[in-house]
Amino acid sequence: MSAADVRAAITRVHREEWARVVASLARRFGDLDVAEEAAAEAFATAVERWPADGLPPNPGAWLTTTANRKALDRLRRERRRGEKHRETQTMHDVPLEPLGAVDDERLRLVFTCCHPALSMEARVALTLRMVGGLTVPEIARAFLAGESAVAQRITRAKAKIAAARIPYRVPSAADLPVRVSGVLAVLYLVFNEGYLAGSPEGDPLRQDLTGEAIRLARLVRGLMPEGGEAAGLLALMLLTEARRTARVSAGGELVPLHEQDRGAWDQDLIAEGHRLVRERLASGRAPGRYQLLAAVNAVHTDARDMRDTDWGQILALYDRLARLDPSPVVALNRAVAVAELDGPEAALAIVDRLGERLDGYHAFHATRADLLRRLGRSRESREAYDAAIALAGNPAETAYLTRCRAQLH
Amino acid sequence: MQYLVSVIDDKTASATPEEMAAIDAFNDRLEAEGHWVFAGGLAAPDTATVVDNRGEAPLLTDGPFVETKEFLAGFWIIEAPDLDAALALAAEGSKHCNRRVEVRPFLTA
Repeated sequence: MSAADVRAAITRVHREEWARVVASLARRFGDLDVAEEAAAEAFATAVERWPADGLPPNPGAWLTTTANRKALDRLRRERRRGEKHRETQTMHDVPLEPLGAVDDERLRLVFTCCHPALSMEARVALTLRMVGGLTVPEIARAFLAGESAVAQRITRAKAKIAAARIPYRVPSAADLPVRVSGVLAVLYLVFNEGYLAGSPEGDPLRQDLTGEAIRLARLVRGLMPEGGEAAGLLALMLLTEARRTARVSAGGELVPLHEQDRGAWDQDLIAEGHRLVRERLASGRAPGRYQLLAAVNAVHTDARDMRDTDWGQILALYDRLARLDPSPVVALNRAVAVAELDGPEAALAIVDRLGERLDGYHAFHATRADLLRRLGRSRESREAYDAAIALAGNPAETAYLTRCRAQLH
Repeated sequence: MQYLVSVIDDKTASATPEEMAAIDAFNDRLEAEGHWVFAGGLAAPDTATVVDNRGEAPLLTDGPFVETKEFLAGFWIIEAPDLDAALALAAEGSKHCNRRVEVRPFLTA
């Protein structure tokens, strides 16, 4: 095996085994801090030793054993220094009714990292570090935050988990639906941050984040095959990611759906997303939010072009979504489908009613601007584009909106 | 593991007879299920006296140590196996006393 092969193998093993190693140590030692540090040390040892010794026959087992030894060493050192023996019960392992046949240690880890008693920022950082295996500098880069701020966020979260005794387990059946949607919300946030980063600095698309979110969604879906929304979220991510390269032009400008080169869409991702959506439809169970959004994206990716799009179907899906989630953002997206079916005037009437609640949202002004443009109301359209440009954070989006405004008569 | 469940309020002497009855019922349940440690309602913050005896003689100051719009109106100390159990009890407590509550773990030795 060449040095490059070994490096590639270590990267692959890191991706596949990190969460498992951390989870098994967290379970054994009842402490996320010990688990994280020992796992990191074990991987560092692998980087040192494997190029000379070759890959062990079972890399995952080798890493777990090595990490266990590192954790025990640390605990022994701390005891010798007279420090208080670590409370190994900090994360209680209370036996509960198992979640079907599935109760993977990694799933416990996911639920602990996404606990609702932690701030959303902490949940995101902790999940990327503990489950995703991203380093602190990687997370900081992805969110354009300072490394010390990210490190502190993770340290504080770990301290709260230990001090408040946030349990290390899959929630009880009664709490499960709420807690699962909490986990999915964390993954969706990671994905969206990668898909259309809200910051004017940095790349408009962050494939490291979308890729990581998809990987974690696959993991959660694999661990909870019964969960329709986990499948829905994965499908939604795949169908969105499939359009990634077509979505920003070579000049760094956002390309709206109707101008995208559909030949550049990733057909493998689309096929996988469609398969998941069909599976959910076949289940006969009422779809949740992510499944409905995935279905909308399945309709879009099914169409040869904008005119071929089944807007009636999209409107029907948004009607269902609006009943589940009567938020103004859903109403705004629904209005886009109304514009295609009933014309811009009908859509504008809906959009204008949302102004009070969405005045600070760039997409509200961008949608209004487009509808006003189609109605030939250039002056008002220009004002709406101005408002949208002032609020848009993403550089590709700003570039697109600026061009639209310049093209007004 | 013990948790302090603080009741947050912004006006004094505001508990209604219905709320008091609901709190009593909740307390009975805490006792029956083995979660009860201690609980109590507090008089208004302006009845507080701050005592500082770090110097030569105790220094007394009228009023709460920090003036805030919201204050501690009462509290429970509960016994619970973990934060999830404590949060579930606190949710019940919030409903019964009709106030927001804060859950904070005690330091474990």
